[in-house]
Amino acid sequence: MTYIAKPQFHHPELPRNALGFTRRDYEGRVSTLCAGCGHDSISAAIVQAAFELDLEPHRLAKLSGIGCSSKTPDYFLGASHGFNTVHGRMPSVLTGANLANRDLIYLGVSGDGDSASIGLGQFAHAIRRGVNMAYIVENNGVYGLTKGQFSATADAGSKSKRGIVNHDNPIDMVSLALQLGASYVGRGFSGDKSQLTPLIKGAILHKGAAFIDVISPCVAFNNHPGSTKSFDYVREHNEAVNRLDVILGRTPIHADYEPGTVAEVTQHDGSVLKLRKLAADYDASDRNRAMAYLQERQSAGEIVTGLLYVDPDSSDLHDHLHTAATPLNRLGDAELTPGSGALDAINASLR
Amino acid sequence: MEPTNTEAPEYFHRVVDCQWACPAHTPVPEYIRMIAEGRHADAYMVNWKSNVFPGVLGRTCDRPCEPACRRGRVEAEPVAICRLKRVAADNKGDVSARMPGPAAQKNGYRVACVGAGPASLTVARDLAPLGYEVVVYDGDHRAGGMIRSQIPRFRLPESVIDEEVGWITALGPEMRLGQQVDSLKALLDMDYDAIFVGTGAPRGRDLNVPGREEARANIHIGIDWLSSVSFGHIEKIGRRVIVLGGGNTAMDCCRTSRRLGGADVKVIVRSGFDEMKASPWEKEDAMHEGIPILNFLAPKAFTHENGRLTGVVFEAMGWQTDAGGRRKLLPTGEPDQHFECDDVLVAIGQENAFPWIERDIGLDFDEWGMPVVDPVTFQSTNPKVFFGGDAAFGPKNIIWAVAHGHEAAVSIDRWRRGQDVRLRPPPGVTLVSQKMGIHEWSYENDISNDERRKVPLLETKKALADVKAEVELGFDRPLSLAEAHRCLNCDVQTVFAAPLCIECDACMDVCPTDCITFTANGAEEDLRSRLKAPAENLEQPLYVSGALKTGRVMVKDEDVCLHCGLCAERCPTGAWDMQKFLLEMTHAGGGAQCQAR
Repeated sequence: MTYIAKPQFHHPELPRNALGFTRRDYEGRVSTLCAGCGHDSISAAIVQAAFELDLEPHRLAKLSGIGCSSKTPDYFLGASHGFNTVHGRMPSVLTGANLANRDLIYLGVSGDGDSASIGLGQFAHAIRRGVNMAYIVENNGVYGLTKGQFSATADAGSKSKRGIVNHDNPIDMVSLALQLGASYVGRGFSGDKSQLTPLIKGAILHKGAAFIDVISPCVAFNNHPGSTKSFDYVREHNEAVNRLDVILGRTPIHADYEPGTVAEVTQHDGSVLKLRKLAADYDASDRNRAMAYLQERQSAGEIVTGLLYVDPDSSDLHDHLHTAATPLNRLGDAELTPGSGALDAINASLR
Repeated sequence: MEPTNTEAPEYFHRVVDCQWACPAHTPVPEYIRMIAEGRHADAYMVNWKSNVFPGVLGRTCDRPCEPACRRGRVEAEPVAICRLKRVAADNKGDVSARMPGPAAQKNGYRVACVGAGPASLTVARDLAPLGYEVVVYDGDHRAGGMIRSQIPRFRLPESVIDEEVGWITALGPEMRLGQQVDSLKALLDMDYDAIFVGTGAPRGRDLNVPGREEARANIHIGIDWLSSVSFGHIEKIGRRVIVLGGGNTAMDCCRTSRRLGGADVKVIVRSGFDEMKASPWEKEDAMHEGIPILNFLAPKAFTHENGRLTGVVFEAMGWQTDAGGRRKLLPTGEPDQHFECDDVLVAIGQENAFPWIERDIGLDFDEWGMPVVDPVTFQSTNPKVFFGGDAAFGPKNIIWAVAHGHEAAVSIDRWRRGQDVRLRPPPGVTLVSQKMGIHEWSYENDISNDERRKVPLLETKKALADVKAEVELGFDRPLSLAEAHRCLNCDVQTVFAAPLCIECDACMDVCPTDCITFTANGAEEDLRSRLKAPAENLEQPLYVSGALKTGRVMVKDEDVCLHCGLCAERCPTGAWDMQKFLLEMTHAGGGAQCQAR
């Protein structure tokens, strides 16, 4: 961390979005993480995504658990709602918040410890229920706050900073999310913001459970030879299956694409996900083949990144529960206590 | 682009915009930090070494450093560098013990300086301590040249001039004051090893329009009139005064008139207000004293009655585009205007005058009557004769005269040693890390958001009552500290070591002004368009690293870097470091290895 506040001065030519904000307006406080932490790059990508989406800060709630990753919501979107919850319990709190006010955009920020160890069950159920959220796991494979023990996502055979080999099998959060029915699944790398930012934008716009696993090197404890989550290792083994461009309804489309290389997915809100294929045989609309592809490349030692799966006809928890379109927290006494007549009618329908 | 060569002093020197812009290359951020630490005497000596007249310049400098100041690009206004210099001078205490004394041993060489203004006095200061016997000639009875004769006392108190001229006369040059040099030939015949001509631009341009002769008693040449006021020969002027001209001399004339009985004083200029040559702050000062500036009026004739000036007739002017598409100032055809007045001050420019230089002594003059002078060595075509200040290339200002004086002194010293004067001593340069701890630097990197402070002024009523009462009161301690804190410390350089970089993007993410980008290399024009924020200020260089592990390069646009050091604080490997770059010009007698310039 630094002792000084980040200076307010910004570049005079810094662009403004439709709301008149600059990117700097979406920042939070100066990070207290270690210098060079991958998580700070993810925060920067979230800031960039919110700026590009013309997001009104008060329309977003950021929720996190415990850990280095879960500290980061303090470092972005300083004007948004935030809830730093209990270790591993962010998915439940987010689910509750979403049920109470379905109108907000929910951003869950967690780490491999918070979501793959103590919170694995919470993670599984929030995904399974299709809670409308963008769930980001900042995955560095170690417990950074407790000095670098292997986490549940550390690859078998990878080495700790002191040379100890990990023999436990890793939990692959992406495979898990796919298996649990997430309708938007991606993987990014903190060292490649040009890939990560559109992934985050797409996830924010997506209706339903959107999950992004972001490999984020821990510079202090997991960026050495023998690590499979170091800058060098990820750069060498990164296999991007596609490049995503997120096109908002009002944005004119300028980019030229080679025919047959682009898959377009129109989401509920009218936004268009343009997927430029990098791996010729990869189809992001086929969940089963995606899962098989991931397993195959993983055994070959590669890290598959990109938008791995998206279901354009996704649904969410509110659809499943048939809740009212008006957020529950805005319903008044009249709607909430419809009177004995209504109760009688319900009872009669159950007889 | 090729990786930036930061070994050559030019690159980092350019980043210190103020120092680069200063003709004498004064290390500005270095002395501003000293002021912030309360080390006024140290700050004064840094200045004195570079620019010889810190107290004078802290009040009168044309301050080319300020338009260059990075703060002006980041925020609205530059740091008040000039007025901070004055703070150092005002609060330095007794520095006499730090000043050099006369040379213990003479080297046997004699140098004549013609004129006792800033250029000549700089030559004397640089050469006398080396053992030269310097003889300074001036027609006036007191040394200082235009500093003493033309700058009004309400801007520059006499005590400041006396002190700073005094440091130089204490070095033992022979001051032959009141001795006008009438013949360069005669001087050449005396046994001087070199002659330096620093006679300034002593002739004020006249305005020859109808009525000039008839009304001559009330029409004065600006610089001559100012000089007469300075030396106490003139103490009064008429009630209604018109000042013709739009330069700094005109501003001094009108403000002086207000103090000598001119109640209705106006400045009238031929061109537009914005095109006036006067510095914006001098125009502001004049208007603050209730002096209107009328523009687009060209003087056509002086009106007079019974041999007494009654006013001036003006023709209305305007910008028009001629057939060739050039913008020209032409009469608009509107009716002439007559302004009544009792006195006119003509301040429409200054000229050089060399009637005392014979044309058959091997010293060439160009078609405009100016001596042919080498712009690097300041040597004329007569190798024994050197020029500097306004005498060399026409009217400029004090800080240029000082810079010329330093370079001419270097040339004179090399010349008499039989060395090639074209070879110049390189500047002294140091580059030292400022790291004190993980997040601690030996400079204040917490950027102040404050706006520029105004210098407190003497109440106008009191100021106008006394021509010698200094108008600007100078910054007091709280104001000077606040203003010093606005300095961005541009001399503390962001130094990048490519082999250490792991491309984690931390520096790029944290940089408040989006200076840093990691991207594929390309030609400069291409790179400038692809950076995180467009690098459209072509005056400012790009700092480009060698290829990194991924094949990309680090590109830093120096333009609006705040030198806050956050890139270095967020760098996990120490690839970025904040290092203080101190460049000091080498004056006469210093520097071992010389290089062609």
